[in-house]
Parts: sequence; C-alpha cells; structure tokens
Amino acid sequence: MNLTLRVWRQSGPSDAGRMVTYKVEDVSPDMSFLEMLDVLNERLIVEGDDPIAFDHDCREGICGMCGMVINGVAHGEQRATTTCQLHMRHFEDGAEITIEPWRAAPFPVVKDLVVDRSAFDRIIQAGGFVSVPAGSAPDAHSVPVRKEDADAAFDAATCIGCGACVAACPNGSASLFTAAKITHLSLLPQGQPERLSRAKAMVDQMDSEGFGGCTNTGECTAVCPKGIPLDTIAQMNSDYLKANAK
Amino acid sequence: MTATIERGSATAPVNTPAAKKTPTRKKPGGFLTSSNGKKVVMAVTGAVMVGFLVLHMLGNLKIFFGRDSFNDYAHALRTLLEPIAPYRSVLTILEIGLVLAVVLHMWAAISLSYRAGKARPVKYVAKKSQANGYTTHIMRWGGLTIVFFVIWHLLDLTFGVVNPKGFDSAPADRMIAGFDPSRWWVTLLYLVAVVMVGLHLRHGIWSAFQTLGWANRDRNKVLRATAGLISIVLVVGFLAPPLAITFGVVK
Amino acid sequence: MKFTEGPEIRDTKAPEGPVEERWEKRKFGAKLVNPANKRKLNVIVIGTGLAGGSAAATLGELGYNVKSFCYQDTPRRAHSIAAQGGINAAKNYRGDGDSIYRLFYDTVKGGDFRARESNVYRLAQVSVNIIDQAVAQGVPFAREYGGLLDTRSFGGAQVSRTFYARGQTGQQLLLGAYQALERQIAAGTVQMHTRHEMLDLIVADGRARGVIVRDMVTGEIERHLADAVVLASGGYGNVFFLSTNAKGCNTTAIWRAHERGAYFANPCYTQIHPTCIPVSGEYQSKLTLMSESLRNDGRVWVPLRKNDERAPGDIPEEERDYYLERIYPSFGNLVPRDIASRAAKNVCDEGRGVGPGGLGVYLDFRDAINRLGRDAVEKKYGNLFEMYERITGENPYDVPMRIYPAVHYTMGGLWVDYDLQSTIPGLFVIGEANFSDHGANRLGASALMQGLADGYFVLPTTIGDYLAAGPFGDVDDEAVAQAEIRVRDKIDRLLAVNGTRTPDSFHRELGKLMWDYCGMERTEESLRKALERIPELRAEFWQNVKVSGTAEELNQVLEKAGRVADFFDLAELMCLDALVRSESCGGHFRAESQDADGEALRDDEHFAHVSAWEHGGEDGPVLHKETLEYEYVKMTQRSYK
Ligand SMILES: Cc1cc2nc3c(=O)[nH]c(=O)nc-3n(C[C@H](O)[C@H](O)[C@H](O)COP(=O)(O)OP(=O)(O)OC[C@H]3O[C@@H](n4cnc5c(N)ncnc54)[C@H](O)[C@@H]3O)c2cc1C
Ligand code: HEM
Ligand code: SF4
Ligand code: FES
Repeated sequence: MNLTLRVWRQSGPSDAGRMVTYKVEDVSPDMSFLEMLDVLNERLIVEGDDPIAFDHDCREGICGMCGMVINGVAHGEQRATTTCQLHMRHFEDGAEITIEPWRAAPFPVVKDLVVDRSAFDRIIQAGGFVSVPAGSAPDAHSVPVRKEDADAAFDAATCIGCGACVAACPNGSASLFTAAKITHLSLLPQGQPERLSRAKAMVDQMDSEGFGGCTNTGECTAVCPKGIPLDTIAQMNSDYLKANAK
Repeated sequence: MTATIERGSATAPVNTPAAKKTPTRKKPGGFLTSSNGKKVVMAVTGAVMVGFLVLHMLGNLKIFFGRDSFNDYAHALRTLLEPIAPYRSVLTILEIGLVLAVVLHMWAAISLSYRAGKARPVKYVAKKSQANGYTTHIMRWGGLTIVFFVIWHLLDLTFGVVNPKGFDSAPADRMIAGFDPSRWWVTLLYLVAVVMVGLHLRHGIWSAFQTLGWANRDRNKVLRATAGLISIVLVVGFLAPPLAITFGVVK
Repeated sequence: MKFTEGPEIRDTKAPEGPVEERWEKRKFGAKLVNPANKRKLNVIVIGTGLAGGSAAATLGELGYNVKSFCYQDTPRRAHSIAAQGGINAAKNYRGDGDSIYRLFYDTVKGGDFRARESNVYRLAQVSVNIIDQAVAQGVPFAREYGGLLDTRSFGGAQVSRTFYARGQTGQQLLLGAYQALERQIAAGTVQMHTRHEMLDLIVADGRARGVIVRDMVTGEIERHLADAVVLASGGYGNVFFLSTNAKGCNTTAIWRAHERGAYFANPCYTQIHPTCIPVSGEYQSKLTLMSESLRNDGRVWVPLRKNDERAPGDIPEEERDYYLERIYPSFGNLVPRDIASRAAKNVCDEGRGVGPGGLGVYLDFRDAINRLGRDAVEKKYGNLFEMYERITGENPYDVPMRIYPAVHYTMGGLWVDYDLQSTIPGLFVIGEANFSDHGANRLGASALMQGLADGYFVLPTTIGDYLAAGPFGDVDDEAVAQAEIRVRDKIDRLLAVNGTRTPDSFHRELGKLMWDYCGMERTEESLRKALERIPELRAEFWQNVKVSGTAEELNQVLEKAGRVADFFDLAELMCLDALVRSESCGGHFRAESQDADGEALRDDEHFAHVSAWEHGGEDGPVLHKETLEYEYVKMTQRSYK
C-alpha cells in the first residue's frame, strides 16, 4: 500500500507546530500503525531528518503509553483498540491519514505527537488509592467481596490511563479516567473508608488541572480502548455529591 | 554537542527539576465553582424547567376542550391562591423562579462551555465524532435556539406584541389567531423550536440522571427510555394545539 | 573471548539453620534504623515496575527519603503491566495440598536446580503476604460466587495456587503498587522522576552513592546522590530485538552497574515462551504473547509433509502431526515452556513449519469447539481470540491459530546475596533485574510473585540493615564528576559517528544473531560464531551508526542508540556464559548435552553453581562461581514423558 500522511510536527513546547505531509510506500497490511511509522522514521533518520517522536512501549495495548488522533479519532476508528494494536489492513491503499497529538490544555505537547500526561498522576495522587502500608493487611479472605462487585470493579480498573477520553471529549474533560478509578475503589469494601474524601479530592484535582466539565456526550467511552462505561461517571458524580453534602 | 550544563558541586543533594516543572494550577473553589457543581445546577434547574413544561403542556391541551376551558385555565393561573394571595402574585413568583432557573441554567451552560474552550486551546485539524456528535451540537445550539424562541414566544403569546390580536385579548384568542393557517410560518417556527426542545431533553433528562448519580448499569436502559418518553410526550403535547389550529381542527 | 576465573563466592549471607527459620532469623538479626533517622537517609530506586514501584512505596511508608525513576511518562506503565496469567502464592485456599514447602519444592525443581534453596524458601513464605497486601489495596482479583478468591492451576502446576485478575493480573498488581507509590509522592516521601533514564552508577569509597540520569525531555544530565541505590529496571530480553518485552526494556541500568563492579550472574539463562504470535514480516517490531492457558484446550500440530502449502483445513487428519501428544504422551500439549518451545523449533527446522517463512505451528481449537461448543470456547478464550484476530486478521474460530516461541523472560541478572545486595555495597537489585530465585527456568506466575516479594517485604527489611550505618556523608566529588563525564562522552561519541545505519537496524541484526546462535538451542559452534560476529557488528555500530538530532532535546534515536550499545556488550557476555556452561539446564539448551531422546541433560557434577561474572578490563571478564547446595530438594532430572 502507498499512503500519504499528514503529521503534526512540533519541535518542542515553544514551537508553534504545523502539519507536514509524508509519502510512505510499500506498506504491508499486516503492519501495525506504529510499525508503519517506524518504517517512515527509519527513512527520515537516514536522510538526516528528525524522526517523528511518538510515545509507545508495550505495543500490546496495555501500558497506555501510545496514543494519537488518527483521522480525527483518538486511537483511530477501530473500536476498543489502542494505536499500537491498530493494523494497516484497516486502511485503503492510497489513503490520506491525518495524525495529531492528544489536544488538551492539561496535556501540553512535549514534541510532535508526545504529550505530557502527568496531570493524570496528580489526579491519582489526590486520592486514587487505599491507604494501606505494606505489611499491615489482614488475611485476603477476611473480607469476602460479592463476585458482581469484584467483576464490576475490575471492569473499571482496566483503564490504562492513555488519555484518549480526554482527547476525544469535546470539553477536554478527564471525567472518564477519574471516574474509572473512583468507581473501581468505590465498589470494593476495601475502598469504603476513604470513598467520599477520595471522590472529592480527585474531582477537585481534575478541575484544578484545567480539564473541562463533562456533558455526557459519550465520545470518551466510544474511543476508550478498554470500553470503560459512562456509568462510572454517574458513580463519581454520586460520590462527589455525597461528599459535598456532608 | 551535549548540553553545557553547570556541573555544580558533587555534594549538592539533588537537582530538583520537579520544582521547575510544576505547572500552575488553580486551587479548587467551592462546590458551585467545580465543574461537577455546575452540572448539578444545570440538572436541578433543568428539572424545574421540565416540570414547568409539563404543566404548561397540560394547560395548552385544554384548547381541545374549547376556548372557555382554555381561558379559564389561563385565568386560574393568574388567580392562584386568591384571595389569600393577590392577583397574579403566585404566578409571578413562579415566573421569577422559572426565570431564575433559566438564568442559572444558562450561566452554568455558558461557564462550562467557556471551561471546555479553555481546555482545548488548539483545535484538531480533523475531528470526527464517534458518538454521532449528537449531544455536542444539539445541547448548545439547541439551547440557543430555544432561547431565541422563548423570547419570541413571550412576545407573541404572553405580551402579544407580535400577535395579531395584541395584548388585550383573551389568551385563547391570541393562541388561535397566532397559529392561524395564514400564519403557517409561525407554526413552522414553533414546530422547529419544540422539536429542538425535545432533542435537548432527550439527552438532557438522561444527562441529569447521570449528573445526579442515579444512572448505573442496570438502570441505564430504563433511564434512557424515561428521558425519551418524557421528551416525546412533551413534543407531541406541545405540537398538538398549534397543528390543530393551523389545520383548522380547532377554530 | 578471553576470560579468567576468580575466587569462588562463599558467603551469600543466608543465615544458617533450618530453611524455614532463615528469613525469621535474618529479619531479627537485621539492624533497625531509628525512625528519626530515616528521613535523613536517601534511597534511589530505579524502575517503577512491580519490584521498584512496591519498593519505593514501602520505603516511603517507612519514612525514608526516596527518589524514584522510570523512563516512561508515568510510573504506571512499567513493563510489569503486561503480565497476563497470574501470581502464585502458597495460600492453600483450596485445601488441595499446597503449602509453602510445596511451592518452594516446585520452584527449586522448576528452576532445574540452579536456584538457591534459602532464597526460594523465603519467596514461598512471603508469597502469602503479597496476596493480602494486594487485596487490601483493592486489586480486583477474580472471585467466586461465595465472595472468596478464585485460583487456577497454571503452567503445569498440580495445585491451584495462581491468583489472577482475568488476563490482566500484572496490570492490576502494578496499579496497586502504583497507587501506593502515588500516595507516597503526595505525602512527600517519594520524589518521582519520570522520563528519566539512568545512565551510570556513582560508586564512591566502595559504596554505591548515586546515579547519573538523563532527563529525556530536555536532555539535561542530572546527578542524584543517595545513601543506597536500588535497581529494579527489569529484564534484558530485548537483546534479541524481537521479544514479548516492551520496546523500551533495556539492560542499560544493570549493565552500567556491572561495568562499575556489580557481578552479572547467569546471563545466558533466558526463557522462551512457546505461545506467541509469529513474525509476519521484516518490519516486525515486537512479539505478542498469547496466554499459555490456550494450551489447555488447543492442540498443537504441523503437517506431516515438509513444505506443505495446503490450507490447514485441507490437510486431512492422518496427514497431521500432533507432535507434542506424540512425543510426550502423558503431558501432551501441556509440557513446560522450554520443552514446548524447543519441540516447535525442531519441527520448523525440519521444514514442517507453517505460515510466512515456515516459522509457526498450528494451535487448533477445532476439536475443542466440537467438544465444548463455540460458546464455551468463546467464554474461556474470547478476549484472546479477539486479540489474535486484531493482530493477524485471521479468525481462530475458523482457522487454527499460528504460534511460535519468542523470548519472554531473563532469569539471569545482577548477582545478589540473600539481602538482595549486589557485590557493590549499597547497591541492591530486585525484580527481574537480579538473578536470584528462578534458577535456570522460571515457572509461570512466579515473576510477579518475586517482584512483589522483593519490593514489599524483603528489600525494605534488608536495606535497613545496610542503612543503619548511614547516613554516609558527602560523596567524593571526583567520583561523581567521573561518572558524569563517562555519560557525556558516550552521548557525544554516539552523536559524532554520523554514519548511515539507524540504531534499530543494528539492533535487529544483533537480535537475529542472538536468536540464531544463542537462542533456543545453543552449540559450541554457534556460540563461537556469535562471539566472533558480535564484536564485528559492534565495531561497525561505532563507525556507522546514525543518530539524528541533538542531545539537548527529546531524542528517541539517541536513547535507542545508547541502549543498543549496551546490548552489544551484554550479548557478548551472554554468549560467553552459554559457551562456558556446556550442560543443558532449564532454558539453556546445549545441543551437546542431551539424552538419547533429545531431552536436556544437566551436568550437576560440574555445573551446580551460579556463574557470576565480574566486568574485566583487558583480560576479559572474570568468572566467580557460587556453589549451589541442595539440602532439602534432591536433585533429579526432569521428565515429562
Ligand atoms: C508479556 C508478558 C507476560 C508476562 N506474564 C507473567 C505472568 O503471568 N506471571 C508472572 O509471574 N510473570 C509474568 N511475566 C514476567 C513479569 O511480568 C516480569 O518479569 C516482571 O513484571 C518484571 O518486573 P520488574 O519490576 O522487575 O521490571 P519492569 O516491570 O520491567 O520494570 C522496569 C522498570 O525500570 C525502569 N527502567 C528500566 N531501565 C531504566 C533506566 N535505564 N533508567 C530508568 N528507569 C529504567 C522502567 O521504566 C520500569 O519502570 C510476563 C512478562 C511478559 C513480557
Ligand atoms: C426549555 C428550557 C430548557 C430545559 C427544560 C432544559 C433542560 C435541560 C436539562 C434537564 C439538562 C440536563 C442537565 C444535566 O446534564 O445534568 C440540560 C442540559 C443543558 N442545557 Fe438545557 N434546558 C433548557 C433550556 C436551555 C437553554 C435555553 C440553553 C441554552 C443556553 C440550554 C443549554 C443546555 C446545555 C448546554 C446543557 C448541558 C448539556 C449536557 O448536559 O450535555 N438549555 N438542559
Ligand atoms: S478511561 Fe479509557 S480512554 Fe480514558 S484513559 Fe482510561 S483507558 Fe484511556
Ligand atoms: S504501546 Fe502500550 S498501549 Fe500502545
């Protein structure tokens, strides 16, 4: 396959940035999207150009490091798929592909397609944990957990922190990410003691990072590679309301 | 080739790049300044408005029982709790509450969109909705359409400024004259606006459930259906009188 | 390659006495640090995987002043996140006869008698606390309807002791550790440095006293000093270029510590996982693991005829060779990883492999679907099938999966004593980066256990014994300056070459070479060839590599080039180690050492030892042996026939 890529290039945080067009030839349909970019980058390096910087690590859809907006869709149009798991067989020969970084004020561009997602870490720092120092835990069977709760908590806990939800949200909201963690811990007995303070602290942190507010558009779940459901946001809202009512 | 960075003293405890990297972040304010708080305001004021719409619709439907029935209803509104309360006092209080709800609702909507704008200072070159873009467009543009409509609507049927019968006529007359077949375009305008309200509420009512934290996996279907049902009932209920008048069923 | 033999290592610091009392004894014997002093003691932890993340969090909780580093943009992305299958623990919640002793026994045996009894016993003991800790943190392990934890039997174990969270156990455990770490960051006990790569170790007055790191965003070279340094930088499987490891996994941290004096133990022990998705083309950048559990119901086969081009569905039953079932009738498709891997290689070498390049075997679910029904198969393996289809574009319900072995885990690593301290005082090594507990072969679901045992429970105790003598005062200025200059020089040299080949192209070539000559099957001849080729390729690298950009910016080519440079040196040591160890054991198969049936043959008389390599100068590395003694588990040859 031959493709035309339009890629966002920005040499650093202070550069204005622009879209640059590249032709890539002989792309195999079995390549992953990132492998296609690898091939382009190998060429750019040899030609003495700056290769396109992008984040990636596990390349199997679990670390959450990769992510770009492909043809206007975070992680590309293939559902429930991270960029690294997207394969070129889903594109047509001769296609033109636009590639942009996650766009949100709290995710400033570091270089090209690499953005700074440390705001997510700070949201977790605000309260996304159970305070239990190593060595202080009771026997694992001392508190049974309903299977349904454990399963639902697991579903919320599968969030990989990629940030696609923010990238896709017309409001630039981090609600899905934040809600996923709040819900995970809210559904388990171990998370109860800190439940309300956690919700309040995390939501407030999300706000002060400069993320937008949620208007339940559902764009986030639609692109979320782990399919985190919207009702996690309801759970977050409910906990947040209760925390404020106290 | 490499950076020329001060080597510094080897016993210096640490470089502390963490300090220089800390971005400026706003301190969280109170509940009402939080994005969630604003959403709650929106949901509550939205609910007040929905309540108003339901009553309003029921009233409108009286037109099918004859002009008098409708006029009596309009009159009753103005003489609520009379003689305990003076003429139109309760209605005025309700109206003020309603206006307050509208204002707060709009304030929250505007400040949330302002926030959203700030959260995405650089726009995408290409952007494609994966949730069919419905909400984003309908809620804000739909909301604005409703505002313009409401103003016109008040001028038309409440104050009678743009109504052929003027202010001093009976409410039923104003309504029937307003939607006279010759003024088909008014009916059309009304139709568009009411459908917009319906679309706004189809998402809005569900969204309010979500905002207030009532939605969950098991309930979601029911809540979505409820939102849809209320919206449809309102749309049909609001459209029935004007259409009936325009097509000559009610004279 | 030249090498010399140095004195044996005699003391590993394990306490004497009955194996089950040794850890208790060590804990009691370890000096305690006065709580008021902890704040004054600085500890650097490199890596935020299960090992490093849990260690940094725990040290922070204890009150030490911790600095944590990782090369990713957040600690939550360490490669531990990718572990799928589960984590072992001797809880015996099933009452199926499991016990600490049995987990100990299985691990020593599974490691093919090349691990220390004392360490393994401690691992089995501590395994129990890990599950408690994780559950308390909110790790959503799979549960049964009664609300209690579910377990499964994994990797051929005969008891059900593997705890799991669907196919994402590593992710859930790592998030638990990550959250504990973030809590400490918020509390101010841990200072986090993401996108920072450790490039050298500062050793002053015989103690590890800090690290030189590069800020990967600005290119700034930073010096960080401390009273102790903990390396938790993971495994080095990426020396093969293609592996199931994350792209960024590297040997740089441990290799440069090795250059500063830490011994490297058993570098040749690598684990090859039998069920990975095969290579599809030249551009392939990594390999994806398919959970081992697939072998519970899938049947492995290849065509009987060589170069059979027919579609799998067109090959009749009698022309298929279910070779695992044929060769190992009692274990069949469930033979251990190393055996399944080598068998696949053998049939492919015979020319009977399938798929592109003939490097693949079928893993067929046809019979399982007929027997259990499609729905049941989907329930069990649906997400794995989906993942396979996403990558290959083939639907495993209709066409058999194609799988091939891939490098997965490295048992070797920096040598550590019972306290997890390396040969450099003050340098501790935990997780996959050390060599300690798995011998020559790691059992499934044991790496997560080891990483967390090290980080939550072992290191926090043993490091206290070392730190009790601290703080160690100012660091010699010269030592720090030297380390920094070495780092700057290396970067400058890489940038100065300005040749014509990319770092990746060298890495690919090195990887291929390692896979061919030091992979699943090693021979004296292949290893000698590798030892000849590696220096040549390395020389070419230093003459012809092209690193674009500058050092003062985010420069992924420069990062890569530095890592590849270290892989060259490590590769050479791996081949040397493999050459010297002329027996077969666990993941290390020397073709010269096999029995009549082609199974691995250990040579306990000559090789029941750890090979710990000291970095050498002109005369090459120095080999120090640590003799392994088995008081509890009797040495036997493994058999799975
Ligand atoms: C696909 C896959 C599946 C697996 N499944 C299982 C399983 O089911 N059960 C099981 O028990 N084991 C499994 N394993 C093995 C297990 O996951 C690993 O051995 C284990 O997680 C390693 O943990 P770690 O903390 O030692 O290192 P890692 O998790 O690899 O962490 C390394 C850390 O070091 C940092 N780092 C590395 N180099 C540098 C440097 N130079 N400077 C700064 N920081 C650096 C990285 O940023 C990272 O934070 C699996 C492995 C793979 C690849
Ligand atoms: C008849 C009058 C109106 C009614 C009954 C109404 C009702 C509602 C309701 C119930 C919600 C849901 C609140 C939530 O998400 O929790 C809502 C949301 C919203 N409304 Fe209105 N509204 C009305 C008028 C307006 C007007 C005039 C505007 C224009 C400014 C507007 C703009 C919005 C916006 C932007 C939202 C948020 C969108 C979202 O939640 O996705 N509404 N409305
Ligand atoms: S909620 Fe989904 S899209 Fe958002 S960070 Fe988590 S995994 Fe990514
Ligand atoms: S690179 Fe890890 S999720 Fe894509």
